[in-house]
Amino acid sequence: MGRGLFDGKIAIVGVGETRVGALPDTSSLQLHAEATTAALADAGLGLADVDGVLTAGSRLDGFLMHSAAYAEYLGIVPRYGATLSLGGAVHCAAIHHAATAIMTGLANVVLVASGDNLLSGMSRTKAVEHLSQAGAGHPEFENPYGPPIPALYALIASRYMHLYGAQPEHLAAVAVTMREHAARNPNAQYRKPLTVNDVLASKIVSTPLHVLDCSPISDGGGALIVTSAKRAADLPRHPVFLLGAGESHTGEHVSAMPDFTSSAAQSSGAQAFGSAGLGRDSVDVAMLYDSFTIAVLLQLEDLGFCGKGEAGPFVAAGGLRLNGDLPTNTHGGCLSHGHPGKPGGIFHLIEAVHQLRGEAGQRQVPNAKIVLVHGSGGALATHCTLLLGA
Amino acid sequence: MTESNYTKPLPTPTSDSLPFWEGCRRGQLVLQRCSRCGRFRFYPRATCPYCHDDKADWRPLSGKGVVYATTVVHRAPSSAFAPDVPYVVAIIELEEGARMMSNVLGCPPESVVTGMPVEVFFDSVAPEVTLPKFRPIANQS
Repeated sequence: MGRGLFDGKIAIVGVGETRVGALPDTSSLQLHAEATTAALADAGLGLADVDGVLTAGSRLDGFLMHSAAYAEYLGIVPRYGATLSLGGAVHCAAIHHAATAIMTGLANVVLVASGDNLLSGMSRTKAVEHLSQAGAGHPEFENPYGPPIPALYALIASRYMHLYGAQPEHLAAVAVTMREHAARNPNAQYRKPLTVNDVLASKIVSTPLHVLDCSPISDGGGALIVTSAKRAADLPRHPVFLLGAGESHTGEHVSAMPDFTSSAAQSSGAQAFGSAGLGRDSVDVAMLYDSFTIAVLLQLEDLGFCGKGEAGPFVAAGGLRLNGDLPTNTHGGCLSHGHPGKPGGIFHLIEAVHQLRGEAGQRQVPNAKIVLVHGSGGALATHCTLLLGA
Repeated sequence: MTESNYTKPLPTPTSDSLPFWEGCRRGQLVLQRCSRCGRFRFYPRATCPYCHDDKADWRPLSGKGVVYATTVVHRAPSSAFAPDVPYVVAIIELEEGARMMSNVLGCPPESVVTGMPVEVFFDSVAPEVTLPKFRPIANQS
């Protein structure tokens, strides 16, 4: 490869995932462990090889030092570890952190793991309440007015539609495409095809967002193993290389967002493409963080794939489909593959690896060589963009 | 209107925000105006998020603004808000430039639109807490 900071030096060598959906009788750490075991087997490595651990915490387990508690559970003593907290940007950021640890010699083999039983671990009502209290909004300046998490995205969608004339059908088209992809994925939680009318007929959660504009609540876990390209050369699988990365975080709270219809994905994306020395048209497949349909439209524009206000028609015309201009979230995304809360975005990374290895089965995009993965947290407040290559 | 059984989240004033909440209790919207760059900021904090200076003074605002973004909540975040459904959560852009989240009341929720002029009123929800909320400005054509 030979471009930019990472210069082909960092590789993802193993991935593992659990089923996603309703998985009663599991615990958050069990889901972490199941995915970790699978990822290590995939990598041809053992726990004894792992010297760095990055996790994203849990909505259910209240450990003070989650990544250390997980290392304790596994029975390893890492020399590099952290529990990262960036909402949906966390898994891309974890790869970014792992890469810098390996580049600087702080660790050789970094385990990135995340899992939660958000669906089965508490009742749906309690999960919604918990998610709201856990920080749907600013406790002093937002929560007193009663915004559920979907309202934070709904505010963004509302202004976006007002400024650019986007229609509910444009948002619905994102959900329909995600479901189309999930139908080809035996691991996805929701696989029954959807139409635009189905989405628009689903109950309104917070205008303009319907239930089917919002990702579900799920159980599930995933893990990735990151190491140096040098080490990867000795391992059984074809490595997936980190080509470029960028991060940009405007904050946490929607009421402090500088511009509701242009996010810091503009900056994180520009950094990633710049550091990789690549242009937008080099991207074969995109994994965009789809906690809500509106998030995908804004990411398409802010990452430079569509002009401002143009993402809706692009998606409605089939742009994100497997045979479209930018196949996106080929696993079904958070919207249809599932959303266990904190682990949500890890499946986008894992699917990127499947695509680049040519093992995405019925979802495979032919000749996928470069995949963009973007994670975003809060309501489009935190952002990390990665470019991965075969 | 004071409810005896108020179970919604209440703001806990901090040393940053006490003058703001005291202003609300008096029926006055006050915010910090940066001494260096002159911008009003919300939420209250020790330093200016625009020019990073640490000197500011509290000034009264007109209480007028426009709706910057709006949504009608149909699924409440908790049982405390369920009786209010459907209700408006909006981002208000105040005349002086700062933006804040609040509710818009006094009109059908679906009638609240981006760009709508609004003015503040004060809702004493608990003995020690008054929340600033907004309503359409009367007699707009």
